[in-house]
Amino acid sequence: MNAPAYNFAYLDEQTKRMIRRAILKAIAIPGYQVPFASREMPMPYGWGTGGVQVTAAILGPQDVLKVIDQGSDDTTNAISIRKFFAKTAGVATTTSTDHATVIQTRHRIPEASLHESQVLVYQVPIPEPLRFLEPRETETRRMHALAEYGLMHVKLYEDIARFGHIATAYAYPVKVNARYVMDPSPTPKFDNPKMDNCPALQLFGAGREKRIYAIPPYTQVVSLDFEDHPFEPYRFNAPCALCGAEDSYLDEIVTDDKGSRMFVCSDTDYCEGRQAAGHRGALSAAPYKDKAQGEANG
Amino acid sequence: MADLLETDQPLLIADSLSKSYGRIAACRDVSFSLYPGEVLAIVGESGSGKSTLLQLLSGQLAASGGHVSYRMRDGVTRDLASLGEAERRLLFRTDWGFVHQDPAQGLRMAVSAGANVGERLMAVGWNHYGRIRESASDWLTRVEIDVARIDDAPRTYSGGMRQRLQIARNLVTGPRLVFMDEPTGGLDVSVQARLLDLLRNLVAELHLAVVIVTHDLAVARLLSHRVMVMKGGRVIETGLTDQVLDDPREPYTQLLVSSILPP
Repeated sequence: MNAPAYNFAYLDEQTKRMIRRAILKAIAIPGYQVPFASREMPMPYGWGTGGVQVTAAILGPQDVLKVIDQGSDDTTNAISIRKFFAKTAGVATTTSTDHATVIQTRHRIPEASLHESQVLVYQVPIPEPLRFLEPRETETRRMHALAEYGLMHVKLYEDIARFGHIATAYAYPVKVNARYVMDPSPTPKFDNPKMDNCPALQLFGAGREKRIYAIPPYTQVVSLDFEDHPFEPYRFNAPCALCGAEDSYLDEIVTDDKGSRMFVCSDTDYCEGRQAAGHRGALSAAPYKDKAQGEANG
Repeated sequence: MADLLETDQPLLIADSLSKSYGRIAACRDVSFSLYPGEVLAIVGESGSGKSTLLQLLSGQLAASGGHVSYRMRDGVTRDLASLGEAERRLLFRTDWGFVHQDPAQGLRMAVSAGANVGERLMAVGWNHYGRIRESASDWLTRVEIDVARIDDAPRTYSGGMRQRLQIARNLVTGPRLVFMDEPTGGLDVSVQARLLDLLRNLVAELHLAVVIVTHDLAVARLLSHRVMVMKGGRVIETGLTDQVLDDPREPYTQLLVSSILPP
């Protein structure tokens, strides 16, 4: 049997055209959720079917693709999607944030600052920021249409009433271009400030919910808050154990069953870049790392 | 002088309102004017069109015929049908209140009492947690709910407390007109009495205009200035509460009044 002949980037051209139309509309109305005819993809919902469709629709033969999952280039989800496009589109892939032209991400924004020639594609599980407070889709659409966003503050109020501070740590609601309230997908709120006035185009795809939305380059993105409880990004108060970074978002890794743990950068590319540049954290004495970097550099 | 003008003109005007569902006429040719600070009770048995009328008045249902006009805060009287959806919804959460019979319909059962009261404030742009909370506790006190319960969800409240919370939630933006649909239905008698007492005080204190739908004549007698008796979608008798209840003219009203069981 012959190997299946895929169209470039898996989806057929008509489908890609349909998705591109949705993307264009999304860019024209920043933060507005555009419905689109989401396709079945050869992966389960929740693994990035929305992001993959957006990526497939915008990918060109010259593009260099990077895929991250929680900041990491080497988890199953990231590797699978990267391989998927290497196979179906034959595009070059990379783990370097700087060299990539299209970055598909699950739940993180890279630490390195993005530039104008890049597109950041988010995988979104639940695009509707009002969903958990208002279960009716007809009603949430009307609320968006009329810019009735008081309910969003009810959620933040509840946080403060219960925990004394705004305890929402991820999927922190933002207002885009002073109009639509948007769920930035479950990125940590640490990443919210990076969305504001970002030079790169940001696209959001929700496959199961069949929605695409976008933040065009250099668009104002404001995190919602109260005057007396202003928005604050959160990060563990520790340096990265591998590269010593004090400014990156950290993952907590449990290292044994006796309560030991370490904090490392969630963005592996950033962490490796810093280590290659000679930065060291408290636990980075592993000699194989130095060797591996020696080879990479050599 | 301005005050005189304020109370001199009707707040809400119903002009030959009708509503039919197919061949069934739920409401026929209802007209009246409601003045600021006035409490109007609509009484009648179930199926008489009370609730339909309330929904027509509050703009939740489009009338088959006739108009409802409301004097907005800027003093201009406007036809509700001519308002855009955004304006109507804004009116609904600022200048109006709607107290449902079932508090679960009017409250968000899963969020705290404080947030329930604060929601309207946040909807009109309040952005200071401390002030929202202060206002919420103030209102809880006014409806006789222990402020210590401010962070509890209404799920954990008793029926009477829920109803009082719903009232607080509606009054927090200082509305001028409140619609009530059987506010004391489903409450036991002593709780009813307390709620009615509270309502009567609040209505007088805040100079609220109220349209209250009830089948309980005692509620009408206690709260309202005027009564409209409905039967088969028509208003069959209207007048001052004492007059209608003590000296009913229509046979049906006489029947209604005489069917109250003596204690």
